[in-house]
Amino acid sequence: MEANTAPAEPRLADEAAVEDPTLQAAAVDPTLLGELVGYLRQRRTELREEWAARITEADLLKVMSPEEIFTEVTAVYDNYVNALETGSVETLQAYARDLSERIIRRGVQTHEVLGIVLLLRDVLARALFVRYEHEPANVLNRVLDAYEPAANRIAVTVGVSFVQERERVIREQQAAIRQLSTPVLQLRDRLLILPIIGDLDSQRARQLTEQLLGAIRRNRAKVVVIDITGVGTIDLTVANHLVQTVAASRLMGASAIITGLSSGIAQTLVDLGVDLSMMQTVGDLQGGLEEAERLLGYKVVRDEDAVPRAIEPI
Amino acid sequence: MAGEVRLAIASDADLVQARAEARALAGELGFSRTDATLIATAISEIARNMVVHADGGEIVLVPTSDDVRSGVEVIARDSGPGIDDVERALQEGSGTGDGLGLGLPGARRVMDEFEIAANDGRGTVVRMRKWRVRDELERLREGRLNGYG
Amino acid sequence: MTVPILKQGGYLIASIQSALSDSEVLELRDSLAERVGTLRSQGIVIDVAALDVIDSFAARSLKTIAQTAKLRGADTVIVGIQPDVAVAMVQFRLDLSPVQTALDLEEALAILDERTKKGRANGR
Repeated sequence: MEANTAPAEPRLADEAAVEDPTLQAAAVDPTLLGELVGYLRQRRTELREEWAARITEADLLKVMSPEEIFTEVTAVYDNYVNALETGSVETLQAYARDLSERIIRRGVQTHEVLGIVLLLRDVLARALFVRYEHEPANVLNRVLDAYEPAANRIAVTVGVSFVQERERVIREQQAAIRQLSTPVLQLRDRLLILPIIGDLDSQRARQLTEQLLGAIRRNRAKVVVIDITGVGTIDLTVANHLVQTVAASRLMGASAIITGLSSGIAQTLVDLGVDLSMMQTVGDLQGGLEEAERLLGYKVVRDEDAVPRAIEPI
Repeated sequence: MAGEVRLAIASDADLVQARAEARALAGELGFSRTDATLIATAISEIARNMVVHADGGEIVLVPTSDDVRSGVEVIARDSGPGIDDVERALQEGSGTGDGLGLGLPGARRVMDEFEIAANDGRGTVVRMRKWRVRDELERLREGRLNGYG
Repeated sequence: MTVPILKQGGYLIASIQSALSDSEVLELRDSLAERVGTLRSQGIVIDVAALDVIDSFAARSLKTIAQTAKLRGADTVIVGIQPDVAVAMVQFRLDLSPVQTALDLEEALAILDERTKKGRANGR
């Protein structure tokens, strides 16, 4: 292997090369990059072992067994070196996403993933340093110029992919939790029930409204029964939300019946100044369902005289 | 973060675009669909006032944030005749709910902050803000970024 | 852009395709008023599913359309109000009453059929 002693003029091949540091490194000296990649492949076994040792030393990937670590380390090493060579982060991105999907559920933290990638970067950098330190000075510089941007880009790619995957999982879980906490049930054709359990704060009430209205549209509901038997206390904000939910349902063509109004809550609402005559309320769920079915028994909603007036929130 | 959006309001045709831009920005800033609609509707009311009462004006949408919340500030300026009785304009109407027909009570109700200066003969300025609390996920992301400095 | 208005039996169906400027709303109002008269329609269905904002002007206009239609013997049903728009309307205290609202065209036609039947029974 001949050492290239003549300094290479950095050539800016085209726009892409300027923007993409990985490609720029290749444009600067493809021969050199190819050479150092060849070296890293050649020393694959020792460098992988060194990396695995550093990982254990740094107490990373504790949730994985040594065998699992070795398998992952092997795959990452090869993909890493490929990415250095080709400048193609697509492969690495795909791998990183795959890795994330597998290890997120194992409880591996973000700092561990970034940590191991940075350790690999360091292990390889040192190996290159040792290999090229006795070459004429500018060779080592050019090697590092070729290696560093590529290695950094890889670290960022893996880190970002991991974080994105983690975020995706968290959002899915959040959505599932939201669904579970305010279930809207279809009782029969065109009739929905929303049983509310527990205390309502503004945020939950808003979520509730959104889910109910969405369900009205999806199920083409004509009547919704909102059962508040399980609601402990009700304050002005929540009362307003209920009134607004009823009004919004009506705009979407569905009548709403509030059921399970205890005398305590009814009194609270009266004290708060909520005009209960504006809301269709029935004492218990059973009565509410009967009323709902009565409503559904009509082909059309109401005679003109009985068109419900607007519900005015407080 | 998204940059500020300037809307020139000259005729009723501009209202359609103003609503669309407002909704788009609200979406970019992470507001829910419902909140985006509230913001767009408030802006529609304010913009219409400018067209009907003041020969047009300008609305600027400014993304804003603090430690815990992200939001949008809306600054609507015109050089029309102003409003003689701001208090009355802000009062709820009786059923149609829009007082003098300026849509101000509604805008004030749905936005988190609302100020109006309209009685010094130099036109009207409405400033309003809507906020949303950044959720666990966003704060987690920020926290980790800060942790790694 | 003009809102397409279709005739279905004795009813008119106005299907709004995209956000409307104020002048387009007024144009719709005038078109419907004219057609209800000339075609002697018994009902109007206005589909507002494409409106991502219904503000005080739009709400007032929809009510005006219904009032005018009523004077000419037609009932009006508004359909397709989106969930977020419904929430916004309530928060802005914009109500459409006494105009009837329904979820979709099928519902609206059922309502109009009932109304028309009732109307005939009452000897209209």
